[in-house]
Amino acid sequence: MTAFITPNYLLALPEIMLAGLACVFLLVGVFTGNRSTVPLTFASVGAMAIALGLVLAMDGARETSFGGMFVTDTFTTFMKCLVLIGAGATLVMGLGYVKREQMSRFEFPILILFATLGMLLMISANDLMALYVGIELQSLSLYIVAAFRRDAVRSTEAGLKYFVLGALSSGLLLYGSSMVYGFTGGTGFDAIAAGIKAYGPGNLPLGVLIGLVFIAAALAFKVSAVPFHMWTPDVYEGAPTPVTAFFSAAPKIAALALLLRVLLGPFGELASSWNQIILFISIASMAFAAFAAIGQRNIKRLLAYSSIGHVGYALVGLATATPEGVRGVLIYMALYMVMTVGTFGAVLAMRQKGQMVEEIADLAGLSKTNPAIAAVLGIFMFSMAGIPPFAGFFGKLYVFMAAVNSGLYGLAIAGVLSSAVGAYYYLRIVKLMYFDEPTEAFDRPVGREVMAVLVLSGIITALFFAYPAPILSGAQAAAAALFP
Amino acid sequence: MIIQTIVFYVLAAVTVGAGMAVIGSRNPVHSVLFLILAFFSSAGLFVLMGAEFVAMILIIVYVGAVAVLFLFVVMMLDVDFASLRAGFMQYLPIGSVIGAILLAELILVFASGSVDIKKPDAVAMPTPDPAQIANTEALGNILYTHYGYLFQIAGLILLVAMIGAIVLTHRARTGVRRQNIAEQVARRPKDVVRLTDVKPGEGATWKSD
Repeated sequence: MTAFITPNYLLALPEIMLAGLACVFLLVGVFTGNRSTVPLTFASVGAMAIALGLVLAMDGARETSFGGMFVTDTFTTFMKCLVLIGAGATLVMGLGYVKREQMSRFEFPILILFATLGMLLMISANDLMALYVGIELQSLSLYIVAAFRRDAVRSTEAGLKYFVLGALSSGLLLYGSSMVYGFTGGTGFDAIAAGIKAYGPGNLPLGVLIGLVFIAAALAFKVSAVPFHMWTPDVYEGAPTPVTAFFSAAPKIAALALLLRVLLGPFGELASSWNQIILFISIASMAFAAFAAIGQRNIKRLLAYSSIGHVGYALVGLATATPEGVRGVLIYMALYMVMTVGTFGAVLAMRQKGQMVEEIADLAGLSKTNPAIAAVLGIFMFSMAGIPPFAGFFGKLYVFMAAVNSGLYGLAIAGVLSSAVGAYYYLRIVKLMYFDEPTEAFDRPVGREVMAVLVLSGIITALFFAYPAPILSGAQAAAAALFP
Repeated sequence: MIIQTIVFYVLAAVTVGAGMAVIGSRNPVHSVLFLILAFFSSAGLFVLMGAEFVAMILIIVYVGAVAVLFLFVVMMLDVDFASLRAGFMQYLPIGSVIGAILLAELILVFASGSVDIKKPDAVAMPTPDPAQIANTEALGNILYTHYGYLFQIAGLILLVAMIGAIVLTHRARTGVRRQNIAEQVARRPKDVVRLTDVKPGEGATWKSD
């Protein structure tokens, strides 16, 4: 047995701080009751902001702690920043909804905080067991917040569906992990990589591949890529809108970070094997989402299909298994996070006579009744459709460029074709807002928090082309960390 | 050695038989009792393998807590298991077909010889020699040191599960008379006890002032 070395706790300082603060907030909530929901929400956002500062301050070369189970490098820094920003923005944005719709219970921000902590642990995982506990901490909190409006049938249904299918994917993950452990003799990512290398090329036992397929399938479920996407539309539609916004922003990024690290790290030697899986998942997600979204009437369902499609586009970059492709994935996810948070901000503003509305048809004539929100939502729709000069175009550009440069012409063509199909339903919303007769106007005021997030994400989406340097260089450095 | 083999087969047969009886019996209370039997015999299997700590945990946690909890739920809740099972048979054909296909696939994979079941040369955390160190001690050595990180996060997961159970099921009920200890302690005899002289034939009357 290896001797025990006292772990470097400082490396996990943001996570330890978040865990400690979450427990303190829980105590405060228990003693003061539901009237502390609003202060606790702001306190949680503050905790995330401190964590963000710590993560940025500790940015640096690769270091591991806790017996190699926990890793930090430029890649974890980049992904943790995205998750923390996404989680904080959606938490602030949902405050108005939480207050209005009888969801004002102090556990809500605390559960979101625990989910965020789980995501940070997932991103830093360097061991199959650490990966699993991170995923479980995240998923368990997400199941609960999905069912948070326990008196609404659709919310409880969403929570239950998510729970059952999530448990299934956890089972797949554990089964695959046990296969990999059995055949390579380690659960740490470095040990697995060494074990695979020890077998030598062409001599690899089938068991490792079976395990790899199971792990990839479980992670594909977490990022909701076709054919593991079935839960997404129902859960997105049923969960309360702030929760849906959170789902589409933060957990996707954490799960994609895991997919990148697992496939490129321990299984990097087997790129030619998993490459086919990613290729299929990517094309299927892009094509399925493009066609399935056309018939949708509910804006949350539409955004669920749209998020499936976006994961497909991001995976184009992973399929290349090159630093350039990974850089494309990271840029894509960063821009996707900004766009999706903004779009959900607009969805949260969809209120008529004190009631939330979710039909796409309710957006008709928004340019006349509320030109500001119509303009911002228009920017997001153009951006998601991939129309220059908005941010979404550059996201797609980088992943498709990477695919073309590695000779995956078929994949790039499939991506371009499906984004052309997808443009239809994004542009239909713009047409509804600008050329149709107005229906009922939305309630005012929309809420300061929602407006702030809308304006900020709108500016980033519209003006990314003018100053792309921070995201580009961050993604460049992060991608380099995965290719030592 | 021969005794070990016999014990193994007896315990294994009982485990499988009890497992089938859990699904098969009509009375849910019998199912839970069979489940306990299955747990006990699998604990015996663990002892045979030299994993006595896991065996004890299995009995303490699964039999002592989980199975007893099941028993309570089954007896206390008014769940009509017959109606729950009504639609069960219609899934049997497709279920058994899928099961058979899975079994055939597993047999094919393992029989083809491409899955070579042997211990890998390099094991990151090898099992310590049972002759040198007891099972429980070996686990205790690493659980709070090497695996302290996982142990802590597992604790957080349980905390979240607890919050979730409360959030999703707890309702503040109105009209419940709660015990107020401060009020009880603050009660003085002179506030609540009054001595009256009762004259014969008149009876006591209570006049509140």
